[in-house]
Amino acid sequence: MSVQMNVKGQDKALAQDEVLAMKSDTVTSNDVLLSVKDLRVWFELRRFGFGHAGYVRAVDGVSFDLNLGGTIAIVGESGCGKSTLMKTILALHRPTKGDILFEGQNLNALRGSEMQEYRSQVGYVQQDPYGALAPFMSIQRILEEPQIINGIKDKEERDFRLRRAMEEVKMSPVDDFLPKFPHMLSGGQQQRVVIARAMLLDPKLIVADEPVSMLDASVRVEILKLLRGLQEAHNLAVIYITHDLSTVRYFSERVFVMYAGKIVENSLINDLIHNPYHPYTDALLAATSDPDADNATRFRDVPPGEPPSLVNPPSGCRFHPRCTHKIEGLCEVEEPPYFEPEPHHLVACWLYR
Amino acid sequence: MADKEILLDVKDLVLHFSTSKGVVRAVDGVNFQLNSDEAVVVVGESGCGKTSLAKAILRLLPRNVHTYTGKVYLKGEDVMQLSDEEYRRQVRWRKMSMVPQAAMNALNPVLKVGDQVAEPSIIHSAMRKAEALEQASKMFQHVGVPQDFLNRYAFELSGGMRQRVAIAMALVTWPDLIVLDEPTSALDVLTQANIFNVLKELKGELGLSFILITHDIATSSELANSVAVMYAGQIVERSDAHRFFDKPLHPYSEKLMNSVPRLRGNQEPDFITGQPPSLLSPPTGCRFAERCTKRFARCDEDPPVIEQDGRSVKCWLYA
Repeated sequence: MSVQMNVKGQDKALAQDEVLAMKSDTVTSNDVLLSVKDLRVWFELRRFGFGHAGYVRAVDGVSFDLNLGGTIAIVGESGCGKSTLMKTILALHRPTKGDILFEGQNLNALRGSEMQEYRSQVGYVQQDPYGALAPFMSIQRILEEPQIINGIKDKEERDFRLRRAMEEVKMSPVDDFLPKFPHMLSGGQQQRVVIARAMLLDPKLIVADEPVSMLDASVRVEILKLLRGLQEAHNLAVIYITHDLSTVRYFSERVFVMYAGKIVENSLINDLIHNPYHPYTDALLAATSDPDADNATRFRDVPPGEPPSLVNPPSGCRFHPRCTHKIEGLCEVEEPPYFEPEPHHLVACWLYR
Repeated sequence: MADKEILLDVKDLVLHFSTSKGVVRAVDGVNFQLNSDEAVVVVGESGCGKTSLAKAILRLLPRNVHTYTGKVYLKGEDVMQLSDEEYRRQVRWRKMSMVPQAAMNALNPVLKVGDQVAEPSIIHSAMRKAEALEQASKMFQHVGVPQDFLNRYAFELSGGMRQRVAIAMALVTWPDLIVLDEPTSALDVLTQANIFNVLKELKGELGLSFILITHDIATSSELANSVAVMYAGQIVERSDAHRFFDKPLHPYSEKLMNSVPRLRGNQEPDFITGQPPSLLSPPTGCRFAERCTKRFARCDEDPPVIEQDGRSVKCWLYA
């Protein structure tokens, strides 16, 4: 199913199945690990507990492939559906429509022990490390629990694995940390424990949900480099979810920009920074600051308004009410397909028709 | 700089807390000045005492205070001499106010936001409710919140709007100085940029001064006229923003600056190895020495604050 991507003419829209074939990396061959196909996750709203009152369309038609050992970043504001997408990949939500294939197996079809098997192959790095670690458990117990649940009965093997994981996240000497409780560690150390826990069962895929946004600016790069190192050493596939574009380039090559439940731009990070196509990406880039004293005298261009409600998303392009480049009579009527203004760079915007 | 009026002058401010493990020296002899119409940014890692500094300036103290000494001159008046009641009546919110950390969660969920913003005027400026509400609606205009939001509750507002309401609440009594504690760290980039636009506008239009406390150097440059770098309870460098962002002096500031992920430019970011020292028993010499790559013999002694062309740095390298 992983067809090599076709490079189309400048102004031709890509058909849906060709978009599906867009791969997260330019690596060829059919080593696709995770394949998301036209995924929709809607939450039903109820009136008085049973009357139907519409849907929250948190994820509305997202497709991508992720290769074994590949990395992608998903960038978007809060409420754009990126966390719902992630939780659906972790099989915590069920898709309303569409499929997620992991090594060719459809998650919708997994039951009981198959699901547990799947979950052991996917590691999850949470946003808030302190909230993700049980306060009444020692680090030793935090790292042992997932192994017990996943049936590693041999105490020595459990011990071996947890020490290996702790060393991999550079928490040494290991014995100093094992008896400690989460509140005794700094934010950076807590996040390392969370990463160690995600690595315990030798996963093939790691989903990292804003892993550094709660940390001090000075340790962000350290944690990102650590994750990157693990990714390379174990040939892990990683989905990195963030709202901060400035950290993406230290982690991932390919980046998806998400707005109101849809991917609006799909590009390599360097192309995206230097040559953004979608007006929303433009706005995100313009709002990201680098340290510079001149910032204090400059006002930043911010699109007016706020992200739309996902219950009644705007017709046509979902960004059109805030867009300064809106084409009257087109943008608010018809939803833009993906255009490919340059190779390997997709954008859902009528400006590039 | 000399022709500007000094609004706030903090001298040898000390705030220590007593805990079951000993005395935590959160603010340990801090000195800095702030001119009117300017913004100073206090940057540092978490646990360096920057929030305690804000609380010490506004005298919002918990019960376990061990030592609280020093001088805080606000427009020439030493407010540390005032009793708690006098301070509350004359200074807090009338002359200085604060936007607390995670301000978006600091709003009362069962009161309408308009009433909350009106409350300081009723208490501190002895206004009647109708007048205070009018004042609140004026403030909403300044920070860019639609008028009909006065009658809403906090949960009906987005994070960015809640943050604006918290700023309006700090503004409503027309203070001279606002302390902002991590005002945008929980917000999205677009909202962040929006809030900073609002703050810049307020600074220009109303002539407000700000103390901005943050760990994020990139966003701190959005408002800064001058910068104070805090490490382990002390200020290790003070400088005007232009020269600081161009080239910081203290080795810690330099490392902090290099650790910032940048969107533009190809500089590979670095990180600071090691942990900040415990504030229970900070080292006797330079507090950064243990993590410093430029350490030499003299660093075992406490470095003096060295003045250099209007900047100051607490490091032996410049002695």
